[in-house]
Amino acid sequence: MNVINDPFTWAGNLIAQWLSGFMPPVGVDVTMMVLRAGVLGVFALVMFMVMTWIERKGIARIQDRIGPNVAGPFGLLQPIADGVKALTKEDITPTNADRMVYNTAPILSAAAAMLVFAVIPFGPGLIGADINIGIFYILAVGGLGIIAILMAGWSSNNKYALLGAFRVVAQLVSYEVPHVLSIAAVVMLAGSMSMITIVEKQPVWFILVLPVSAIIVLLSGMAEIGRSPFDLLDAESEIIAGHHIEYSGMKFALFFLGEYVHAYAVSCMVAVLFLGGWSGPNIFGLTVPYLWFFIKSILVFNVMVWARGTLPRLRIDHLMAFNWKFLVPLSLANLVVVAAADRLAQAVGFAVGTWPWALVMLAFNLAMIAVALAMVGATGRRARRATESRAMPEAETHEEEAHGVDAERAPVAVGAH
Amino acid sequence: MTTLQVMFFFFSLITVAGGLYTVIARNLFHAALGLIVSLAGVAALYALLEASFLAAAQVAIYIGAIAILIIFAVMLTRGVTGKNPVKDWWTYTITAIVCLLLLVVLLTTLFRFDWPQTAQAAVPADSIARLGKSLVDPSLYVLPFEVASVLLVAALIGSAYIARDKK
Repeated sequence: MNVINDPFTWAGNLIAQWLSGFMPPVGVDVTMMVLRAGVLGVFALVMFMVMTWIERKGIARIQDRIGPNVAGPFGLLQPIADGVKALTKEDITPTNADRMVYNTAPILSAAAAMLVFAVIPFGPGLIGADINIGIFYILAVGGLGIIAILMAGWSSNNKYALLGAFRVVAQLVSYEVPHVLSIAAVVMLAGSMSMITIVEKQPVWFILVLPVSAIIVLLSGMAEIGRSPFDLLDAESEIIAGHHIEYSGMKFALFFLGEYVHAYAVSCMVAVLFLGGWSGPNIFGLTVPYLWFFIKSILVFNVMVWARGTLPRLRIDHLMAFNWKFLVPLSLANLVVVAAADRLAQAVGFAVGTWPWALVMLAFNLAMIAVALAMVGATGRRARRATESRAMPEAETHEEEAHGVDAERAPVAVGAH
Repeated sequence: MTTLQVMFFFFSLITVAGGLYTVIARNLFHAALGLIVSLAGVAALYALLEASFLAAAQVAIYIGAIAILIIFAVMLTRGVTGKNPVKDWWTYTITAIVCLLLLVVLLTTLFRFDWPQTAQAAVPADSIARLGKSLVDPSLYVLPFEVASVLLVAALIGSAYIARDKK
């Protein structure tokens, strides 16, 4: 049973035993550390292929296509075909590019995304390094990816690449604010920044306790990795491809890899913070934590694919307004409300982590969502009324009631007579 | 030499080399990248001292925010391929004099002060919780903490005032 529930620890112990036959203990430790890092890195690369396949199939289904279906069953070998294609492409460096920076940027981009996997817990003991600042470490290494994009945008000596890099700074630095503030609510309830402890503190999944945080973390996470609808940094129709416009062949593939590995890393992070990480039902002694974690992270990634397939790209000012005028105030309010609700629930006598406590938290969160949506709705209605009254000053007085009821159709009705 | 000492010298070397490159690089963008290498070296030194929170904060704040803002400022103020505009010997001379003076001050401090050495103490397991509590403890650091917050709010309001639409 143990072999099925945790094959990785089992295999690791076997290898360590075999190594200790002819190695000093220090050598065994170092070898096991290198091996663990290697397994995590290979896992990230394999997940890159799985993610591209899932995304292409998912987007294709949303758009009523079939998607990749030639290479292998269900097109499963398509990522390998893509990789071979990228390797055979000509490697082009622009004449006036800053060669050293230009060549370092894709490596840094891929490396920054893979660094995150060091602290992702795939099971009770299945973690690269259980450091006590786990989630903070993820936030910190996220900044390295921004630098890689800046380096690429600057060194390519291309105005579209530079524009893309400018957008990156504006977007990513802004969305970091609600991202961090919402994660702070999770850290507050879990009482720890260690990823293992955060999972262990979720007898009730935090998506039920902190739905507002969950939504904001997912949204700002999507913005941080620059995925549609937040993909302004490489908007094809505006700045062609942004920072990686000049890259070809394997260097472009490295950027692509960085993007997808980062997307999977964010999915893993959301699964750990809000979906209870590896925890799942115990079926006849089979706990299979790694499988539960895998399913949850893939589910989160599918939500991202779904959003990409259905939502149009935001305009840059809308993007910034959405962040600074909606997400940031909401996440600040969320932090205060969560802290107060947690104290209140504990004062009433509900212990942390129990269902009554979770229901109190959920009630406060739902109230917060209702208030936030009502405020956004009121602002939208006011703005719409203002534009309409400017466009049709004489019709405004006797049509006002109609506007309130059916603001969407009102301008058409006014224009008709 | 222990492994720890080897690592300390390795990361110190990276820090100093990055700092040196920041100063002598002719290209402002390269200088900023050298600064990032130097800051990363400092973060690694913090990690060696088991100050993991400080190391992550160094990366998140200095590399993730300040270095990026510096690069952004460089990209906005110079041309894309802008070279370091400082080329006259006068600036270099003044810089060299100031640096030498600073070096003299640092070296005299280093050799004249008797640095007390105590045995290495174990880092408490709840060091982050202690850090958090001491930041909001009235008898410890709540005042500097709040003053820093006020400073940040002032900077925020100031930048919003400068950036607002002039009507």
